[in-house]
Amino acid sequence: MKIQTILAAGAMTVAAIAAQNAQAGAVLDGIKAKGFVQCGVNTGLPGFSAANAEGKWEGIDVDVCRGIAAALLGDANSVQYTPLTAAQRFTALQSGEIDILSRNTTATTTRDAKLGLTFVGINYYDGQGFLIPKALGVSATELDGATVCVEPGTTTELNLADYFRAKGMSFEPVVIENINEATAAFFSGRCDVYTTDASGLASIRTQMAENPDDYAILPEIISKEPLGPVVAQGDEQWSDVARWALIAMIEAEEYGVTMENVDDMKANSTNPGVQRLLGVSPGMGEALGLDEAWAYNIIKQVGNYGESYEKNVTAKLGLERGLNALWTDGGLQYAWPVR
Amino acid sequence: MSKPQNAPGDVRSKSLVDYLNDENVRAVLYQIIAIGLVILAGWYLVSNTLHNLEKQNISTGYGFLDLEASFEISETMIDYSAKSDYASALIVGLLNTVKVSVLGIVLCTIIGIIFGIARLSSNWIVRKLATVYVETFRNIPVLLQLFFWYALIPAAFPHPRDALEPLPGVLLTSRGMYLPVPLADNAYTLMGIAAIIAFVAIYFIKKWATKRQDATGQPFPMLLTGIGIFVGLVFLAYLIGGAPTELSTPALKGFNIQGGYNISPEFMAVLIGLTVYTSTYVAEVVRSGIQAVSSGQWEAADSLGIKRSVALRKVILPQSMRVAIPPLTNQYLNLTKNSSLAVAVGYPDLVSVSNTTMNQTGQAIEAISIFMSVYLGLSLLTSLFMNWFNNKMALVER
Repeated sequence: MKIQTILAAGAMTVAAIAAQNAQAGAVLDGIKAKGFVQCGVNTGLPGFSAANAEGKWEGIDVDVCRGIAAALLGDANSVQYTPLTAAQRFTALQSGEIDILSRNTTATTTRDAKLGLTFVGINYYDGQGFLIPKALGVSATELDGATVCVEPGTTTELNLADYFRAKGMSFEPVVIENINEATAAFFSGRCDVYTTDASGLASIRTQMAENPDDYAILPEIISKEPLGPVVAQGDEQWSDVARWALIAMIEAEEYGVTMENVDDMKANSTNPGVQRLLGVSPGMGEALGLDEAWAYNIIKQVGNYGESYEKNVTAKLGLERGLNALWTDGGLQYAWPVR
Repeated sequence: MSKPQNAPGDVRSKSLVDYLNDENVRAVLYQIIAIGLVILAGWYLVSNTLHNLEKQNISTGYGFLDLEASFEISETMIDYSAKSDYASALIVGLLNTVKVSVLGIVLCTIIGIIFGIARLSSNWIVRKLATVYVETFRNIPVLLQLFFWYALIPAAFPHPRDALEPLPGVLLTSRGMYLPVPLADNAYTLMGIAAIIAFVAIYFIKKWATKRQDATGQPFPMLLTGIGIFVGLVFLAYLIGGAPTELSTPALKGFNIQGGYNISPEFMAVLIGLTVYTSTYVAEVVRSGIQAVSSGQWEAADSLGIKRSVALRKVILPQSMRVAIPPLTNQYLNLTKNSSLAVAVGYPDLVSVSNTTMNQTGQAIEAISIFMSVYLGLSLLTSLFMNWFNNKMALVER
């Protein structure tokens, strides 16, 4: 081979890598070009994100990605999922392997400011609790000396250490990355206690325990865990789309727009708020750089927030709305106005 | 024959084309181009990474090492709590990696040598059992073996409340094995010093004994003398230190067994998994080493009336070591590197702690660069040691 050929090939390779990187900023353009949203989800947390018997991903976190795909691409099924462990999730987002992370992730200062991420909203208000075998019969203040199973790289791991330090108690952590291995260790008796967000405990207890009645979730909640979808910083237009797709789901519930009545509401509602949301009076879609039917598509294909919660969390885990009720019902879910 | 004066080639200065056609110049030129391309690629990757990190507002640098770690680690060989910094957490991880690797290397060598010799045994059952052991454990991926041992240990033993007590003070539970340990006392420091003195003494006696045997042919009972000196000195130190008898015995208190020394199921799973897996390779290395020694050596030993067991120890094994050491080094390196799989079963090794650190701080590149250089360092150290050992064992031409 001639030396010129080698040099030319080398130069072309370098140029190709450089070109690829020059475009890396525009996540939104990338999604439009490939025609689907790459969504990072939990490896298996029923109610939040888990593959069902047909291999289709389901859950309240999955619905966020489906809603965004419906708003942006017009089809809620234009989503590809990447199951991630707690320890892998931020690297996957930072490296651009996924467009959005919707994986029961707690919003914190470090993550928002230091990791180059943006939390676009909160789709589940949660708090950390303890799961114990009923036979143990203790409260959360009597856990001195207990062995605790926990997933690494989570706020849970830090809250756990904080809690025991504050109470002057000691514990022995058993830290296992894969949630299935970690729960197996707990059920085999390796640990006295399993700790994670209360919703996660409910999921583990009802879906993974051989006999759920042998286990109890302690009533004490030791932390605040606002869980929500996250995107990488650098593409504000994309984070706006993600933020408002989530808001539209909550706003739809506030207006009483459901999957079933959305066509009727679009045709007949005289409420100016509903008309703006569903694009009858245009402007909102244009503002976000989306089709005017963006919110209509979400509600038609995925449903409003309440429907998603009911279908995934209440039906599968038996958890009531609690903190996640609308603000009008005494909860914390409060949609910024779409206008 | 005199050199022709004023030949045209000498007068004309060499043109550029002549230079490029010169084989030596070309060889150098190609090397320079190759190195230049490598540097260029490296520079491109580094600057691009830094640029992209900055663009994404991801902070860089190793400043995070001084921050409070805020997470607990179950097994620590040094003082560590959630209040310590990330640097201490990483050191805890490193020590755990070294602990399991060193123990694994020692155990897999012992087990490997036994099975390697057993594979060549004249006893049919021993030979076949060794073959089954080697072929089974060598052909199952080591990660699956770790999962297997980790699933087995908590399931095979009872909850701490109904702990098994095979020996007085030794408890077996689903949370691991608990051993009684002596309470800290000055006598133990003294015993440590005595042990070091004993080793030095043994080293010099051994030197003398070898010299005497070379000169006179008189053998010296080195093993018995060595054991005698070691046990005697250490026991003497124990008596001088006041013969403390207080033990920390494990006992159920609250949720868990308290006191004693705990060998966790995670550690056991990793140690057993790595040892068993690597010992099969060591066994094969040992077998090939023995078979590489020509059968004439056996026959020569036989004809001198040397017992077969002595011939194995004194004639065959020393020679087979020369063949075996380089591949053995590879296996030790593999074991050290495979210990990073410990993260899968929750043993807090360097990778596990680094992963947590990476996740809590978001400094992925920094954390990965730290553990990659540590593994590289560990492997190079192992390599250096084995190369030194290999040189020492190499055939000395006389």
